[in-house]
Amino acid sequence: MLIQVYNLTKNFVNGELVTPVLNGLNFNIDQGDFVAIMGPSGSGKSTLMHILGLLDRPTGGKYFLEGKDVTKLDDDELAGLRNSKIGFVFQAFNLLPRTTVLENVMLPLTYAKREEAPESRAKRILESVGLGHRLNYFTNQISGGEKQRVAIARALVNDPAVIFADEPTGNLDSKSGVQIMEILQRLNDLGNTIVLVTHETYTSEHAKRIIKIKDGVIVDDYKVGHRRIARDGEILK
Amino acid sequence: MLEFCKQCVKTSTGALLANKGRSFLTMLGIIIGVAAVIIIMAVGAGAQSLIINQVKTFGTNIIGILPGASEEKGPPASVMGIVITTLTYEDAMSLNEKSNAPNITSVAAYYKSMSSISWGANFYDTGVSGVTVGYLDVEDGKVDRGRFFTKEEETNLSKVVVLGSTVKKELFGDSDPIGKKIKIKKHDFEVIGVMKDRGTVAFQNNDDQVFIPIKTMQKLIAGVNHVSMVRLKVDNPENVDKAMRDVEITLRERHDITDQSGADDDFTIRSSAEAMDMITTITNALKFFLVAIAAMSLLVGGIGIMNIMLVSVTERTREIGLRKAVGANNTDIMLQFLMEAATITLSGGAIGIAIGSLISVLISLAANFLGYDWSLSISISSIILALIVSISVGLIFGLYPARKASKLQPVEALRHE
Repeated sequence: MLIQVYNLTKNFVNGELVTPVLNGLNFNIDQGDFVAIMGPSGSGKSTLMHILGLLDRPTGGKYFLEGKDVTKLDDDELAGLRNSKIGFVFQAFNLLPRTTVLENVMLPLTYAKREEAPESRAKRILESVGLGHRLNYFTNQISGGEKQRVAIARALVNDPAVIFADEPTGNLDSKSGVQIMEILQRLNDLGNTIVLVTHETYTSEHAKRIIKIKDGVIVDDYKVGHRRIARDGEILK
Repeated sequence: MLEFCKQCVKTSTGALLANKGRSFLTMLGIIIGVAAVIIIMAVGAGAQSLIINQVKTFGTNIIGILPGASEEKGPPASVMGIVITTLTYEDAMSLNEKSNAPNITSVAAYYKSMSSISWGANFYDTGVSGVTVGYLDVEDGKVDRGRFFTKEEETNLSKVVVLGSTVKKELFGDSDPIGKKIKIKKHDFEVIGVMKDRGTVAFQNNDDQVFIPIKTMQKLIAGVNHVSMVRLKVDNPENVDKAMRDVEITLRERHDITDQSGADDDFTIRSSAEAMDMITTITNALKFFLVAIAAMSLLVGGIGIMNIMLVSVTERTREIGLRKAVGANNTDIMLQFLMEAATITLSGGAIGIAIGSLISVLISLAANFLGYDWSLSISISSIILALIVSISVGLIFGLYPARKASKLQPVEALRHE
């Protein structure tokens, strides 16, 4: 079991005002699964992803990543785990400005602080997402779809246990969006665990399993019967 | 780790180059501060060496005696323009006797005044120095033409005069002055010699004066019985302290002073070495005072750095969030921003050193052009100090913004607009 969550809660505290966002979630995610966490805005899905991605801490409950309780770890231990176990793909790409495509993908490797930075690995991954010809382009010189593929390559470079994709197609046109979903599905086929956060039913149907959240509780959790498959810029039903 | 540092440097310089104008303005405070420190150190050292060289031309084996008690370490009263008549020609002569002061090789007694002198229709205002024959030896004076007066002429009220080279030029032009009669205060003096050019020694222009025997000066020109100053030459700089003791004992005996502590002394003895020490102390204090003022602008520059780094941290909050998301820990973020601050101040320091050195060179060229013996001294130590100070300013004033950046929570940083 890759991810185990028990009675997970999260409150936002603003002075006297306490706003509960997650109200006791329980679920597991298996190695190799492709899960969509779906819900309307304000449902708490992004907060859940931040906690699962170790960017935020839960207020209560337990979270085991690869069997290890990560709720008690300090900032630096969390940073280390984010670096080695987790890859992120954000809606707004979050690439570094004034930096080349290759350097962006290398970024997690520099923070891994291994003596040799395997540039060849970063190049190979960029080639696998179809960006072998863009290595030395600056991030402001490529299209939105290409930016998101750089972000995926960056998420993959440290060979993480799980990839979190937060509305990865939200800022893209539909054709680029399909390409991104195709890459995510292909990665899942290769054995990568993927957690997709979205508010669109259409996008969520590319996953194998959907967890629906509303007002901080799980309202539905089911396997996708008719999964959408993205191939060559088309959606196969 | 090496790769990490390389990336860190690259990121820092990249971030600074992205905001060239702002980075330069931020650096300006450091540039000005460092340049000012370098210039002041160089000019201070140059001026100091100029002063010390002036004193050195005088020799380190000279003792000066002024009439009047010495204020504790302060200047003697006679310097303030108070006339004290306790020091006499006879005092000076007594010091010339080996039985009193065996290490003193020659003695010069002085009485100086300003006067208008004339030759025919030519008038010239200059210093008239009544001196003893010992002057030549004590002050290392050289006669260019003719001769200096003799021991006999020193005491028998001879009306003879030796001209400084400037005075000779002013009064006689190119013609030969030897044997001519010039007028000093209605008395006719025979010109018997002309001194060699000496230039300025210990801030005294030796060429713009005339020399007459001291007794002639006292009786015929000034109408006094005292001398204004005595200078002694000691055989060896190592014997200066001993000679000063001898002078003290001799003068106290002659002036009937029994107190050997020096409290009742009516004269002041100083050696040129002491004078040099005093000058060095004063100029050093002045130099460090000025450097301290210049260092203030480094402080102001540092606050500017802190300000701009805080702006930078706010602007790049999302970038910090992303870096944390891909695995940067607090130390990594802190190092990155410290490095940026240090890069600004180090570049500013380097530019400041270049500008400061350039201006110091120009100043020394100008000073040499104006005829001063000005040695250019930009010391390696002041450059290294400037570099260390500029890096430290960056690290100290970058610390707060860098800490602030490192403490950002990744999720909040990523959400920042």
